[in-house]
Amino acid sequence: MTIVEAILLTVVTASTPLLIAALGELVTERSGVLNLGVEGMMAMGAACGFAGAILFDSTLAGVLCGILAGVATSALFAFIVLGLAANQVASGLALTILGLGLSGLIGAPFIGARRDPVAHLNIPGLTDLPLVGRLFFGQDAFVYASLLLCLGVGWFLFRTRKGLLLRAVGENQASAHSLGLPVLRVRLLAILFGGACAGLAGAYLSLVYTRFWSPGMTSGRGWIAVALVVFAAWRPGWAFFGAYLFGAATVLQLHAQAAAIGIPAQALSALPYVATIVALVVLSLGRRRDTGAPGSLGMPFVPDR
Amino acid sequence: MTELNAAAEARAEEPPLIAMHGITKVFGSLVANDHIDLAIRAGEIHALLGENGAGKSTLVKILYGLLEPTEGEIRWRGEPVRLSGPQAARALGIGMVFQHFSLFENLTVAENIAAAMPPEMSLAEVAAKAREVSGQYGLPVDLDRPVWTLSAGERQRIEIIRCLLQDPQLIVLDEPTSVLTPQEAERLFVTLERLAASGCAILYISHRLEEVRRLCSSATILRAGRVVATIDPRAVSAREIAGLMVGTALHDVVALRGAAEGAPRLVVRGLSLPPEEAHGQTLREIHLTVRGGEVLGIAGVAGNGQGELFAALSGERLAGAPEAVEIDGRPVGHLGVTERRRLGAAFVPEERLGHGAVPDHRLAENTLLSRHGTGGLVSRGFVLADATRALAQRIIETFDVRKEGTDPRARTLSGGNLQKFVVGREILREPGVLVVNQPTWGVDAGAAALIRQALVNLARQGSAVLVISQDLDELFEMADRIAVIHAGELSTPKPTGDLTREAVGLLMTGAAASKGTVHAH
Repeated sequence: MTIVEAILLTVVTASTPLLIAALGELVTERSGVLNLGVEGMMAMGAACGFAGAILFDSTLAGVLCGILAGVATSALFAFIVLGLAANQVASGLALTILGLGLSGLIGAPFIGARRDPVAHLNIPGLTDLPLVGRLFFGQDAFVYASLLLCLGVGWFLFRTRKGLLLRAVGENQASAHSLGLPVLRVRLLAILFGGACAGLAGAYLSLVYTRFWSPGMTSGRGWIAVALVVFAAWRPGWAFFGAYLFGAATVLQLHAQAAAIGIPAQALSALPYVATIVALVVLSLGRRRDTGAPGSLGMPFVPDR
Repeated sequence: MTELNAAAEARAEEPPLIAMHGITKVFGSLVANDHIDLAIRAGEIHALLGENGAGKSTLVKILYGLLEPTEGEIRWRGEPVRLSGPQAARALGIGMVFQHFSLFENLTVAENIAAAMPPEMSLAEVAAKAREVSGQYGLPVDLDRPVWTLSAGERQRIEIIRCLLQDPQLIVLDEPTSVLTPQEAERLFVTLERLAASGCAILYISHRLEEVRRLCSSATILRAGRVVATIDPRAVSAREIAGLMVGTALHDVVALRGAAEGAPRLVVRGLSLPPEEAHGQTLREIHLTVRGGEVLGIAGVAGNGQGELFAALSGERLAGAPEAVEIDGRPVGHLGVTERRRLGAAFVPEERLGHGAVPDHRLAENTLLSRHGTGGLVSRGFVLADATRALAQRIIETFDVRKEGTDPRARTLSGGNLQKFVVGREILREPGVLVVNQPTWGVDAGAAALIRQALVNLARQGSAVLVISQDLDELFEMADRIAVIHAGELSTPKPTGDLTREAVGLLMTGAAASKGTVHAH
């Protein structure tokens, strides 16, 4: 395996959780709800996913536990912002703090445990191709699932009537309500979907990326996923590019540190986050108001009766 | 002919298409609808009239299932029904064209129409049906364009097509002509008459009584939540109808035209500005002069540069060269809003909530918005609370602002009362120059008359008043000269007496634009 191939492979591994979490948040935001709790939901997914995999000795069971943890955390968020029409920004921040804390509690007994690597695709002939073989035909199931998810979300949002319903609710909640569209039900489902994706992304981190659990292991990836949605102008295709761009930044800073190029390690570790801020600044300068942001994003909805 | 009569007689014997009996809706301590009876027959164009706050919107929301009545019964073709939501109303055959358009800006026309259709229909089927209806009723639209690129008239066509696709037997139109040019309105009337002739019932809500008298065969008038009369509007004068709506006889605005030829107080020279927003309008070479003592009116269809012109005149956007805008002979193009106010100018923006007033602030606090820099309310950085309260009280008394409580939050006032407050706040400063954008938009007849009279009075005291409005009746009533803004260009102002509504309407559509520039040279 060449060094280039090794780097490319780690880029894919680093990008996959970002892509999955960003797609979930993208759907949530398209319905008009801003959930800043992605980091907390990911942490819950990572802790519960890892705990489930150890307890049932099954990666699949772990993944399901991770997804369920994400859904449960997002259900709490949905109750607060839909049921009680609370401020979404404050509720999302609280969810992040809660998720990080609670995941530490759940994961504490599993510190020090390790999981074996998950199975990778192996097609004789194709997987053995030089350079591209492992990259395209030797990934784990999560990677292929994340790509299908990206296509599926794009198809759902822009090709189906249900997707139109979701976009309409996010674009103008008052209009949607006056047409009799079920604003709150659509948003509930979108929030739960976002939670499931964040939980899956978290489970990927603890079961595939590191294969152990440690407190705070999400280390800001949830925030990058939130930023990616803006970066992607709420489009799944752009979310794919963004996720791989930031995945690459994460990996390259590690290699840059290893190569000892004379820049302090702290500055290099900050690279992905600096890249996020720079990307957001450049985008908001370039496109001004017409960013494609859902019109009702972040606004609580209370129907009058 | 006899067949038609027979059909009409048969209709008259049937129970009405829809009959609302004793509809009452209570919000807290407010009785918005108080035992309202309303019946509409198939093929009838029925007007629902009333001032703002009379309970029209509440009644319409009940009719469309958006609100549930506290009391009362609704019968559809004689059968009692319960309208649990818009879907239930649509299933019966009730369609709605909203005043503020229930459209989705970033979606295409086809998607906007599909959003209201049953989920089984594919986007292609919806588009095909929309094309069919659009051809049948002469309502051209481009199905693939995003809504934000369309004019108000085009947007309304989408609403109407969306409504017609559901084969409605009753169509409710809420203030449909408030955003249309006279020509667009005329086309709408033709469509509505065609619909009524095919047996569709129409409930038509409007402030414009001449329209109602031209179009409607019966009218229900609401005042303070009650039905005060059901009349044939063709048999009664607009003045009498207005009297029924307000409860007292209306006074005409006393314009006393051509009273004084004062010195130029607001001068704009060759003002050109690129738009600030993605969907904005470029201002091109605008020249205008407003003299002390006169009211200059600027007509135009929404979105032709009114907002941009207002921003440039008020200083919310700097106008490039200092000489582009002059107040009392001083170049102010480079000065901000507060500096222009200090020179004696005042500004009333179009949006009262969020631009003219802070919704969640109390009225006394809202006095500070435009008067913090012109003295009397602030001392060494501290707000003089007593002074703001006294000023708010003076505005409330002078302009008859009706409210609940001593110092309520701005958002709790009705549109007309808040507008009186915002206009009053500026007029009481006795500004030398007043620029006001849409002074009576969505304001009831009584409040509108008061505001117009106050603006005319201000001009007659020697101030220069510039009124930007989409309401031609308003401009003809109060302006000494009228210019038209279209696609960011301003026509040469002409004395109101020399103009006809049709001529102004043509300029508003841009049809006479080339002719207008020839005249100007």
